[in-house]
Parts: sequence; structure tokens; C-alpha cells
Amino acid sequence: MRKVFIDTLCNLAQKDKRIWLLTADLGFSFLEKFAEKYPDRFVNIGVAEQNMAGVAAGLALSGNIVFMYSIANFPVFRCLEQIRNDICYHNANVKIVSVGAGMAYGSAGYTHHGIEDIGVMRLLPNMTVVSPADPIETKFATIAIAQHPGPCYLRLGKSNEPVLHQGLPHFELSKAIIVTEGSDITLIASGTILKTAIEAAEQLKIQGYQAEIISVPVIKPFDAETILKSAHKTGRVITIEEHGLGGLATVVAETIVGMKCRFSPILIEQCPITVAAGQQKLREMHGLNVDSLLKTTKAML
Amino acid sequence: MSPSKNTGYLANKIRIAALKMAHKANSSHIGSCLSIADIIAVLYDRILNVDPENPDWPDRDRFLLSKGHAAPAIYAALAEKGFFPTKWLDDYCVNGSPLMEHMNHKVPGIELSTGSLGHALSVGCGMALAAKRNLQNYRVFVLLSDGELDEGSNWEAILFAAHHNLDNLTAIVDYNKLQGFGTVEQVIRLEPLTDKWISFGWSVAEIDGHNHQQIFDKLYKVPLEKNKPTVIIANTIKGKGVSFMENKLEWHYKSPNDEQLQIALKELEQSGNNK
Repeated sequence: MRKVFIDTLCNLAQKDKRIWLLTADLGFSFLEKFAEKYPDRFVNIGVAEQNMAGVAAGLALSGNIVFMYSIANFPVFRCLEQIRNDICYHNANVKIVSVGAGMAYGSAGYTHHGIEDIGVMRLLPNMTVVSPADPIETKFATIAIAQHPGPCYLRLGKSNEPVLHQGLPHFELSKAIIVTEGSDITLIASGTILKTAIEAAEQLKIQGYQAEIISVPVIKPFDAETILKSAHKTGRVITIEEHGLGGLATVVAETIVGMKCRFSPILIEQCPITVAAGQQKLREMHGLNVDSLLKTTKAML
Repeated sequence: MSPSKNTGYLANKIRIAALKMAHKANSSHIGSCLSIADIIAVLYDRILNVDPENPDWPDRDRFLLSKGHAAPAIYAALAEKGFFPTKWLDDYCVNGSPLMEHMNHKVPGIELSTGSLGHALSVGCGMALAAKRNLQNYRVFVLLSDGELDEGSNWEAILFAAHHNLDNLTAIVDYNKLQGFGTVEQVIRLEPLTDKWISFGWSVAEIDGHNHQQIFDKLYKVPLEKNKPTVIIANTIKGKGVSFMENKLEWHYKSPNDEQLQIALKELEQSGNNK
């Protein structure tokens, strides 16, 4: 996803001279392409996320579109107050890009996991929160946030994520995407974990159940209309996300509250991971896999 | 070159307006406002290339008050310079006024909302870098408190500005040597402060922050060295101009009552800067 992101950004920057890219000394072997093409609009700030967010605000308030890049929680938590005050409060045109969504950095450990970021980012004023599921959504999202005049948060996976969409979905900064239509249950996913929902739906199909799969690349502003329509149709909603409380499950709960509809969220429970494991294993440990999704589904059907 | 007589007049106006605002709104930080009144007067009267008729003019100089709690001093200067009617000062902190206790970017002439310390120098670096790379001639001035130099974020920005040769960036430190709980020396030592900035690659000048000639002489010449950011360490007195407030920590918090206001105003009226 980060390769699609940087390729797309390079293309955008060729047409729009206002686009800058900042990094806090991360992205080695990925960001060089931009740095070589547009050296006057690239800055390696150094290992200093607070300064990066402040400099980004200053550049944006001077008429530029500024992407600031780092991994997992670094460009979120270390500089949260700069994002809140300098970027969001001033509606500065800054795009925060975080790679390694969820537990993509696996055995690097909790310090390198981004599992509270969506919850925090969506609380901030003027902030658009985007969490693409695959390279296609990433490309659309990068283009869309560059065009959107205001702060955005782009939450990316890492490398070699598979394409999940067949064909090109309709992408808007305020829309969810219906991946597969169905009438028995609604499976809502945000981010690369969408793959798990698709795989679970294939198994359900064999067993005779039609799941409606919805991908939510844009958490804020949230497409309540699409979710409500589907929830009304199926009466059963499950969310799955590689994130703790405050993300997709919370937004969906806020949306369907008061509705006659069953709802089960699958998310990361609040327990910092203290053992080494790869992303797949960590997902399994947290119940973010096909088996767990099928179990939850069957309990509801 | 010398600062015109007008800077003395403006500094006095700022002090009087800030005292009246603090009194009426029962707000804190009057000591901080008085500490920077002279610097602000020279900046707005003689240094900053800004246009009250066109506050968003792209080539304007940028002024950022990092110590956002001293906003009344800036509001007073902006009103005097015609960015908005002086009548607005009457509604400071009340009645849905844009004049909040801390700097508000919705006020004409104000670039950045501040209040939480340690933010503006990084933002100023971004603005200065944008000017350098886009070949614009505007300059960026950031006024910081001494206490807020405790914030690590400032030192990130100090490293950055020197590395990128931002000689269009000038920091001014309001070095009144008092912070939240006591003296800077007692809370967290900054000395040797000049040496710190020099070792970080800045061009440094130390001045008396209440001497308009000294303030003007240095600010008029910035950058003091080509390819280096400049810092002016302005030795100041918290509460300057009102004898019973000078060097008194309590005036970081208290606001003057009716009687104290009258005594303070009288002192300022007698200071000879009212013409």
C-alpha cells in the first residue's frame, strides 16, 4: 500500500506544485522516488514528530498541501497536540499518513502498533479519517485527500496487500463501498482486514447464507445512510477491524443505536501485546480471523 | 536609524489597554503582557511589514506569539494599528468576542492560535521554509517566553531552523526570568542560554527588552548573519511599567482590582509616553 501511495503522490505532485512530503526520518527505500523528483518539496524533518506536525501546519498555512509520513502511532500520538491545535483548529491542509495500520509491524511490538489511532483522529475537529482496505482504495484515497482542502488522516497497511475489489469501486470521501450484496447479515470492515470478511462470506455462501459485505474506507465523515440501509435489510450487523475501541465498531454503534438490529463488534480488546508474533498470528490471538467471524455470525443467524 | 517617538506612545497604549482588559475580564497574565509591551510596540510600529487593510496579503511578514497567554498586548497593538476597531477591546473575553484570553487566529492580523506552549516556533519554521522554497521575501518573527523553552518541541524547531539556514526566521525570547512556580533558575535552569542558542547554530543578540533603541537596532538588522536564524534574547522585567507588579510572580495570575488599576494607570500616565 505504501508503494501505491508514493506512486500516486508522485503523479499528483507533478501536476500540483503545492504538494509537499515530509517524513520524520522513516520510509527508507520508499520515499526516495518523491525526494528525487521534487527535492524542493521534500523534507526529512529528522526524528521529531512534533516539529514535523508544526512545520506541516506552517507550510500549509502558507498555501501548500502537505503530506507528513511516519509509521503506526508515531505521527499520531507523539504530536497529537500539534495535530489538534496547529493543524485541525486552523483547518490546515495537512495529510497525516501512517503506515503499518493495526499490527502490521507484528513482532516489532506494541510500540509500533497503531490500534488506537482511528479513535483519536476521529475526535479532532475538521479531520477526515481514511482507512483503505487494499491498493485500489489506497490510490483513490490518496487522490481524494489531496483534493480535499483540510486535515486528513490516511491509515495504510504496509507492503504486498492483495487487491480485494473486483473492478473499480466508486470512491468518495464520504461513502462506504458495498463489496457484495446480501440479505442475511451485514459484515462491515475497515482497512486490510476486509480480506477476512470476504473469506468468511465465501464460506457462508457455501452454507447457504448471503452476507452483505461493506468496506468502510472513510470513517469520518461516516456514511450512515449505506450502513442504516443495510442494517435495516439484514437486521444483523457485525463489524471487524484491526483496532481497539473508538474505531469502526463505535461509529457503527453510534449510527444504529435505537434500531431494531443485532450487533456484534469484533475488535482488539484493550490489552497491550507483550509477545512476539507476526501480524496474522496476532490477528488470530485477538480473534480477528475467519473462524472467529464465522462463529460470531452463526451465533447471530 | 532610530525608533520613532511613536513606539513609546504605542507601548504605553498597549500597557494601558492590557491593564484595562485584565481588570474588566478578571483575567490572568497581565505581568506577561507588560513584559513584552515594548517589544510589541517596536515590532508593530517599525519592523513588521503588515497591512491592516489587507491582513492576509501573501507577502506580509508573519508574527507568531508563542506565549499565547500574552494575547491582550497583541490585541491592543493590532487595534491601535487599525486591524480592527479599538472598541473591540471592551469585549475582551466576553459577549462572544473573537478576543479570547489566548491568541485567536480568527482575529484580523493574527496568524496562529496559541496558548499551549512550545508550538509556534515549529509553525514559524514551516512558514519560513515555504518562503525560502517558493522564493518569497516575507520574514517570520516568533516571540517566545523563557519558561516555554522547557518544552522539547522548541528545541526540535531550533535544530531544524539552523539546519535549513532559515535566516528569514527570527525568534525573540522574553527573558523575564519568572515562570509558573518561581524563577527560571529555580524551576528548570536555562543558563547559559546564549551559549545554548549559539551551539545550536543560531545568531544571537542579547538586549534590554525595554530599551526601544536596542530592540529596534537588532530587529532592523535581522538576519544578523546570512544563512542563520536569529534569536534576540530580550532581558525583560515581568510586570514592567507598573511598579507594584514588577518582578512579582503573583501578577502571572492575579488581575488588578479597581484601586490597583487606578494606581497603575496613574503611573503609566505619568511616565511621559502619552503624547
